[in-house]
Amino acid sequence: MKRSPKDTEASARKITRRGLVLGGLQAGMLGVLGWRMRQMQVEQADEFRLLAEENRINMRLIAPARGLIFDRNGIPVAENTQNYRVVIVREDAGDVDTVIDRLRQLIYLDPDELERSLREMQRRSPFVPVTLTDQRSWEDIATVAVNAPALPGIFPDVGLTRHYPLGPDFSHIVGYVGPVSDYDLNRIEDNDPLLQIPKFQIGKTGVENKYERDLRGKAGSKRIEVNAAGRVMRELGRDNGVPGSDLQLTVDTNLQNFVEARLMLEESAAAVVMDPRSGDLLAIGSAPTFDPNKFVRGISSADYAELTENKYRPLANKSVQGAYPPGSTFKMMVALAALESGISSEETAYCPGFTKVGDRRFHCWKRGGHGYVNLEKSLQQSCDVYYYEMAQKIGVDKIAEVARRFGFGERFDIPMSAVTGGIMPDKQWKRERYGKDWLVGDSLNASIGQGFVLASPLQLAVMTARLASGNAIMPRLVKSIDGIETEIVGASPLGFNENHLRLVRKGMYAVANTRRGTGYSVRIDADGHKLAGKSGTSQVRNITAAERARGVTSNSDLPWERRDHALFVAFAPFENPTHAAAVVVEHGGGGSSVAGPLARDVLLYAMYGGMPPIEAYPSYQRGKIREMQAKLVLRDSAASPGRDRA
Amino acid sequence: MSYLEYNVKRVPTGLSKILYLNWPLILLLMAVASVGFLMLYSVAGGSLEPWAEPQMKRFALGMAAMLTIAMVPIWFWRNMAGLAYGVSILLLLAVEFFGTTGMGATRWIDLGFMRLQPSELTKITLVMILAAYYDWLDIRRTSHPLWVAIPLILILLPTFLVLKQPDLGTAILLVAGGGTVMFLAGVSWWYFGVVIAGVGGLVFAVFASRGTDWQLIKDYQFRRIDTFLDPSSDPLGAGYHITQSKIALGSGGWTGRGFMQGTQSRLNFLPEKHTDFIFTTLAEEFGFLGASSLLVLYGLIILFCFYSAFSNKDRFGSLLTLGIGTTFFLFFAINMSMVMGLAPVVGVPLPMVSYGGSAMLVLLVAFGLTQSAHVHRPRGR
Repeated sequence: MKRSPKDTEASARKITRRGLVLGGLQAGMLGVLGWRMRQMQVEQADEFRLLAEENRINMRLIAPARGLIFDRNGIPVAENTQNYRVVIVREDAGDVDTVIDRLRQLIYLDPDELERSLREMQRRSPFVPVTLTDQRSWEDIATVAVNAPALPGIFPDVGLTRHYPLGPDFSHIVGYVGPVSDYDLNRIEDNDPLLQIPKFQIGKTGVENKYERDLRGKAGSKRIEVNAAGRVMRELGRDNGVPGSDLQLTVDTNLQNFVEARLMLEESAAAVVMDPRSGDLLAIGSAPTFDPNKFVRGISSADYAELTENKYRPLANKSVQGAYPPGSTFKMMVALAALESGISSEETAYCPGFTKVGDRRFHCWKRGGHGYVNLEKSLQQSCDVYYYEMAQKIGVDKIAEVARRFGFGERFDIPMSAVTGGIMPDKQWKRERYGKDWLVGDSLNASIGQGFVLASPLQLAVMTARLASGNAIMPRLVKSIDGIETEIVGASPLGFNENHLRLVRKGMYAVANTRRGTGYSVRIDADGHKLAGKSGTSQVRNITAAERARGVTSNSDLPWERRDHALFVAFAPFENPTHAAAVVVEHGGGGSSVAGPLARDVLLYAMYGGMPPIEAYPSYQRGKIREMQAKLVLRDSAASPGRDRA
Repeated sequence: MSYLEYNVKRVPTGLSKILYLNWPLILLLMAVASVGFLMLYSVAGGSLEPWAEPQMKRFALGMAAMLTIAMVPIWFWRNMAGLAYGVSILLLLAVEFFGTTGMGATRWIDLGFMRLQPSELTKITLVMILAAYYDWLDIRRTSHPLWVAIPLILILLPTFLVLKQPDLGTAILLVAGGGTVMFLAGVSWWYFGVVIAGVGGLVFAVFASRGTDWQLIKDYQFRRIDTFLDPSSDPLGAGYHITQSKIALGSGGWTGRGFMQGTQSRLNFLPEKHTDFIFTTLAEEFGFLGASSLLVLYGLIILFCFYSAFSNKDRFGSLLTLGIGTTFFLFFAINMSMVMGLAPVVGVPLPMVSYGGSAMLVLLVAFGLTQSAHVHRPRGR
C-alpha cells in the first residue's frame, strides 16, 4: 500500500507529538523514582541503617556459672557439674525418625522425654540444636560419639548443671534448683533476661531459693551476626557476665551427716545444733529426707508420689517448719519468769500429783506427786505442779514476755523455706485469735509447754543457746558470701539477771547429772563434756478422766500418730558451752528415753568433731551405744573418730 | 512501502553500517550490563560463580545477536513481524502444555541447553506486530473501532496466555507495551479513557471477587497486594521481602556501605538478591550516588531511543523503537518501584542487571531491532 508524503509527514508528527507526551510521563516517573531514592537513602537513611543493624546483630545470653555453696570447712555441698547431653539438629539429621531409631538402639531414651523433644523440634528452626536427653553418663556420650557416622545430626554436648554431692543430707537446708517454670515467672517480679533461657535453673527451695539473686550471677552476652534464617555467622563481641557469689554455710558437713544418720534411726525426727557463742547453725537435720538431685533432673511422678504420700513427710523440713508443743522444755522459761518476778528459787510448791483449779484437776506427770518442790528440783524432776503454781502467781503475760526474748513466737530470718515462728500465746493473742478471754487453765497448760504454745526445733535450739550463753544470739546459716564474713548478730547479753540464768542452768545440769534427774540416763561421763538439758514429752491427745482412772495408755500401745512427741534440749560442755542442741522425735514417746539419747549423741559428736570415744558414755550403756553406732549409715569422712577438743 | 518514498540511496550498506550504529546506546547498554556483572559478583560473595560469569557469556552472545540483527535491513524485520508473533504465541501455548514448573508458575520450556521463557520473547514480538500493523494501516482508520479491535486482540491473546502461567508482571508489561504502541500510532484519546475506566472497574472486580468462587487472581497475588499496601503488617511473612528490601535500600545512605560490604545481602536478609531484588544490593553497597547513577544510565538509554525514533521518518522503525524503549522503561520503572515500596511485588527483573538468560537475550535482540531501524532509517528527502 502506498502512502502519500502528506500522510507520512502527518504520521511522523503525530508519533513525535504523542512520543513527547509519553516521554514526559516517563521523565516524570524517573523523577518520582529519583525522589523516592533520595527520600529513603538520604532522609531516612539513619532509620533504615538502625533497622539493618537490628537485623544483623543478635544478642545471645551467656548463662553465668551459678555460685557454689560450701560448708563451714570449705567442703562443697552444691556444685556445678558437667551435664552430658545428646542434641539433635534437624537440618543435619535428614530423616529424623530413622536417626532417632538408630540412637535408641544404642542408648536408652525415655519415651516421654523423646516426645517432648520431638515437639520442641517442630517449633524451632531446623538448624537449632534440640536436647534429646540430658544427664547422661560418660559411657552413653562415648557410645554416641563413636557411632557418629551412623547418626547424622546427632551430637554429644556438654553444659553445666547443679549437683549436690552430699545428696539427702542438705536437701532441707540448701534445697534444690529446677528449670524455671511459667509459675515461677508469674510469681517473681524479676526481669532478668536469664529467666527467659529455656530450662534455666533457678533455686526452688532452701538457700538456693532465698539466695537466688546472689547465686545466679549476672548474665553475660555475646553479640553475634546472624543471617536472615537466624543462623550464626560470627561472633562480634562477648561479655562473659559475672558468675554467682559463692556461699559458705555455718553447717559442718560431717556433723550434718551424723545428725541425719542418727535421726534416720527414728521414724520422723528433727534436730538442730548451734554454737551458742556465734549463733552458727552447725547442723539442721530433718528425717526422713530425700535426694535433691532427683529434682534437678526433673523428678518422675512415681518418685514424687512416693515422697508426698509418705506419712513421715520427707519433703517437710521439720527443724524449721515443724511447730510442736515444747512440753517440759518450756519450763526454763517459766522458771526464769518466776525468778524475774521476784519469786525466790528456794520458794517451794507442794505437789500431791495434781493441782485443782475450780473443780478441774491438772495432773502432774507423776501420779504420786513430788512433795515439796523448789526451782532446781522442779527442773530436775520436771514437776508440773510447781509450774502450775508459778503460772497462777505470775500470769501468762510475764511468761510470754520472757519466752519471746528467747525466740518464742519469732520467725527467724534464716534462708530456708517456710520457717515458722511458732506461737507464744498471751491474753491479747487469745482475744484476737479466738475472741475469747484467757482462762487460768490456759496459763496452766502453757506453763508446761502445752496448749497453745508451739515452737520449732530451731526455736528450741535458740532458746537453749541463749540460756547457755546469756546472750541474745541470733541463728546464722550463711557464714560468708564470696569470702566476706556475715555479721554475728546478738552476741550481747539478753538483759536477765545472771544469777537467775545460773539457777536455771543449774536445774538443767541436775536433770542430766543427778540420780533423780529425768535425764540422768543421758548423762555424759567425760569430764569437761558434761551436758545440761531438759526433756519434754508433749501430748498430742487429750487424756480423759476415765483413761486416767484406769491408767494412761502407754505410747507403745497407741497408733504412731497419737503417740507423744519426744523432745530434748541440751547444751554442753556445762562449764563453757560450745554447743546447744534441740531434738524433736515426732510421736517418739518419752523425751528422756528417745530424744535425750539422740541429743547426747549429737552433742558428743559435735564436741569431739567426729565419732566420740565410747568412754564418754556411762559404762552400763556402752553395749547399746555400740549397737546403735553400728546401725548408723555414715559417709567415710563423717565416720572417723573425733579428737577431744574441749 | 513507505520507505520507498524516501531517499533510500543514503541508507548505508555493507560493513559501513557499523559506523552508523547508535553507538551511544550500545555504550550505555554495556555500562548497565557491567553494573550487573559487578553486582552479581558481589551478591555471590565475591565470586564469578554462579552468576556473573554465565551472565557475561550471555551478554557477549546477546551483543553478537544485536549487531547481527542491526546489520539486517529493517524492512526484513518488518516482514518477519507476523511470523515472529505467531511463533511466540505457539511457544506460549507450548508452555501451557509442555512447560516446566518452578516457584508455582509454569513459564519455561526446557530446550536442554537453555530454558526458554517465551513470555520474554512475546514482549518484543508484540511490539513488532503492532508497529507493523500501524505501518500497514491507513492512518485515517487508526481510531476506527474495527481497526482498534484487531490490535486489541493481538495484545490480549498473549496476555491471557501469560496470565494463565501465571505471570502478572509480564502481563502488565504486555498490556502497557502494546497500549503504548497504539497510543503512539494515534489511536484516539477516548479509547484510552475508556480502557483506564475499564481497568479501574476490573481492579474493583478483582477485589470484590476475593474469597468468592469466581476469585479472579490467586491468593498469593492478593497477599502481595495486601503487603504492598501495608508491608509492616506481616514483616516476617508475606511482607518480609519488601520490608527487608526497603531496609537494605535505605541503609545504603549517601555513599553506601562499600562494594561487597552490604550486610543485608551478605547475610541473606534479601530475597532473590541476584534477580528481582538486585537493585537493593546496588543501593545498599553504593548508596544514593550509585543508585541514582544507574537511574541516569537508564534515563539516557530511553533518551537515545526517543531521539532515534523522532529522527526516523519510517513509521514502523519509529513505532518499534519507541515501543521497545517504553518496554525497557517499564521494566526498570516497575522493578525499582517494587523494591522501593512504590508498587506491589510483581516479579519484574531489573533489565540488563538481574541474572537471567532469556530476559537479557530478548532485550539485546530488541535493541538489535532498534539499531536496525536506526541504521536503515530514511534520511531526509
